[in-house]
Amino acid sequence: MLRRTALVTALALSLFATSAFAAKTLVFCSEGSPEGFNPMFFTTGTTQDASSAQIFNRLVEFEVGTTNIAPALASSWDISKDGLTYTFKLRHGVKFQSSDKYKPTRDFNADDVLFTWNRMADPNHPFAKNTPGTTYAYFEDMGMAKIVDKVEKIDDYTVVFKLKHPEAPFLADLAMDFISIQSAEYAEKMKAAGTPELIDREPIGTGPFRLVSYQKDAVVRYKAHDQYFEGRPKIDNLVFSITPDASVRLAKLKAGECQVMAYPKPADIAALKATPTVNLQSKEGLNISYLSFNVTKKPFDNKLVRQAINYAINKKALVDTVFLGAGQVAKNLIPPIMWAYDDKIKDYEYSPEKAKELLAKAGLKDGFEMELWYVPIQRAYSPDGKRMGEMVQADLAKVGIKVKLLTYEWGEYMKRAKQGEHLAGFFGWNGDNGDPDNFFGPLASCAAVKGGGNYSRWCNKDFEEAISKAAASNDRATRIKLYSKAQEIMREEAPMVFIAHSLRYEPTLKTVVGFKAAAVPPLHYFSKTDLSK
Amino acid sequence: MISFFLRRLGVLIPTFLGITLLVFALIHMIPGDPVEAMSGERGMDSARHAQLMTEFGLNRPLPVQYVDYVFKAAKGDLGRSIVTQESVMREFLDRFPATFELSLCAITFALTIGIPAGIIAAFKRNSVVDYGVMGVSLAGYSMPIFWWALLLILFFSVQLGWTPVSGRIAVEYDPEVVTGLMLIDSLLSGEPGAFRSAASHLILPTIALGTIPLATLARMTRSAMLEVLGEDYVRAARARGLSPLRVLTRHALRNALIPVLTVIGLQVGTLLAGAILTETIFSWPGIGKWMVEAIHRRDYPVVQGGILLSATIVIAVNLIVDMLYGVVNPRIRHQR
Repeated sequence: MLRRTALVTALALSLFATSAFAAKTLVFCSEGSPEGFNPMFFTTGTTQDASSAQIFNRLVEFEVGTTNIAPALASSWDISKDGLTYTFKLRHGVKFQSSDKYKPTRDFNADDVLFTWNRMADPNHPFAKNTPGTTYAYFEDMGMAKIVDKVEKIDDYTVVFKLKHPEAPFLADLAMDFISIQSAEYAEKMKAAGTPELIDREPIGTGPFRLVSYQKDAVVRYKAHDQYFEGRPKIDNLVFSITPDASVRLAKLKAGECQVMAYPKPADIAALKATPTVNLQSKEGLNISYLSFNVTKKPFDNKLVRQAINYAINKKALVDTVFLGAGQVAKNLIPPIMWAYDDKIKDYEYSPEKAKELLAKAGLKDGFEMELWYVPIQRAYSPDGKRMGEMVQADLAKVGIKVKLLTYEWGEYMKRAKQGEHLAGFFGWNGDNGDPDNFFGPLASCAAVKGGGNYSRWCNKDFEEAISKAAASNDRATRIKLYSKAQEIMREEAPMVFIAHSLRYEPTLKTVVGFKAAAVPPLHYFSKTDLSK
Repeated sequence: MISFFLRRLGVLIPTFLGITLLVFALIHMIPGDPVEAMSGERGMDSARHAQLMTEFGLNRPLPVQYVDYVFKAAKGDLGRSIVTQESVMREFLDRFPATFELSLCAITFALTIGIPAGIIAAFKRNSVVDYGVMGVSLAGYSMPIFWWALLLILFFSVQLGWTPVSGRIAVEYDPEVVTGLMLIDSLLSGEPGAFRSAASHLILPTIALGTIPLATLARMTRSAMLEVLGEDYVRAARARGLSPLRVLTRHALRNALIPVLTVIGLQVGTLLAGAILTETIFSWPGIGKWMVEAIHRRDYPVVQGGILLSATIVIAVNLIVDMLYGVVNPRIRHQR
């Protein structure tokens, strides 16, 4: 008997060993530990990569690599003429993942949508305060409560969102991570079992991978969701190897310890291009790096001075030396991958002579002295803030403007700038959802002057009218026209110097196939990725 | 001996008070706060900011917060992390084994190479060997860990492919956490190759972290040995015709070890400080990396608790070292 058990065990073990050997494991060298696995609570890209992109789906999603919105858990939708009613038809037969604590007894349906939404929207929802110390930051930041009046279930596979006012970006908002659909049944079962906190710690979603284990600062493990509605992923195991140092990530990629790496350093791009085992995709980032003039302060209340500085800065040189080529010169607030980008806008060319002329016209023939704040930390839109500051300082010296560079610790920097303490400073923005309103609204609207995100503190009536009309219209052609007008006004009024849109690079080993760099965060999807031998 | 021990313990209370006060003051002097760190680029309106600060108890006057903290800490309650809501003590205990394992390997590495190298250098004073050992250890001592670790990775892992780049074990293994020490857990898992993988992952971080203690120990051992070798009783032993090896081991080494022991105790501090850099580079999930992250996020309870616990370890080890003097040198035991 004993011998037989031993034999069976040995057989099982060897079977297990061979199957483990044959399993395809993709290792992604990620840049940091996720803060958690419920995307409702968090706003960082690191957390989105580890949670919403792998474990969950949204009603609608961004087509990977573009800012286009595609059906996901909703198979189709209809927007009423007045733009106030959004009706979603839900997909049938979508399975939730299972775990050792939970086996779903039903498919995804309207109850899950309502559960997800109401948990964030209704402070009295039984799960609203499920995990202490958490907030629905993104939901609040995006002003969802001010946009949506109520969400109703028509039948199991139809859901209606009633809006308080027309809001064109709303569909794009629904594609964002924080509205990742969670299972109402899982929540009820865990509550009944006395462990409601598990729904946030051991997530269950409809996505391509299910979470297996997480060791903080070390590794996140996922397994393919066999019944994923878009088809089972081609890889069996997905591993995030958390490696905060970019040089070490690169070393790991070269040594074959991971097949995909996040965020290479700009300085390493040239070497990566020359590495024969590595594929390097580049993607225009959904971002903007810019210099803001505080238009409420002298001399930047004068349009001529702002234009002069636009002429005086050599943006091409900035992109070449600071971004090391991993960027493109910007002429608009929004990046060129956006549908509303107006390519007809003529950029200010680099011309110190014109700058001097304009300064003379503004009565500042002998130049002036100014303080300029530079970004103290590294960001995709600011690979080297100090260097950027110094180059602009040198450019402006040529037209007689003496610049004093200044910075603060990052949190302090943001806080002071939001209160308008600066005269001029560098800033940047990473888009959330690919809708142009997500740039114009938070960075240049009159409301954002109050909120602080409009660092230029520039409130222009015509511009405001154009962008608010655009945000209220659901007609793409109308919106494009309005946003073109907005971009023209910005070009003329020059409340900022648009410096660059950085490029993002996604290095993978050549054995990786079907990996596509995404345009909108989260940036790393693996549901269609495979490994060739 | 007991009164000696008690006197040493008595000094601990003001030491701990000093540490908590210093850490508390420093962390609150850094601009920014946890709520701000959480909100990032998009920022947060001031009402919401104030509300969260109240929720975390961070809007009370600093002295009140400090006194509250000290009283709770005295009862063993170090609070909860603002970011993860996990108890600080539990997070520390989850991570400490990783740091302990790495530090233990590093100090073993430093001892097994550093002490013999120092002895040999002293024994062959002014020879090529002596100059070699001293030169290399000076270089090792002055090497920035960050740079040294990257150099090791580029050479051994990327160029030669001998060692893994980072992490504690290859991703195909996932041993159950029993002791938290990967070498032991990988053995317990029974998976073939797991132990080997864990051991190979330890090599580079051990070298990177152990280099400075190694260099310090080699230099210290050498000078301590030189001093002892010049003593009368060593000369007397030689005069009696004892073999050089016997003089070295029986007469010189034991006396030379006392200052070396002090240095070993002090190296624990160096190891914990070095662990911060080493763990960041090698993606080693220990307390060093944990605390760096906590500082970035202004997670006050974690920073305070982490430093307090690290300080406790350093103090405890040095206390043990003091006790060991008595074992090595009976004269110290009898002193009043």
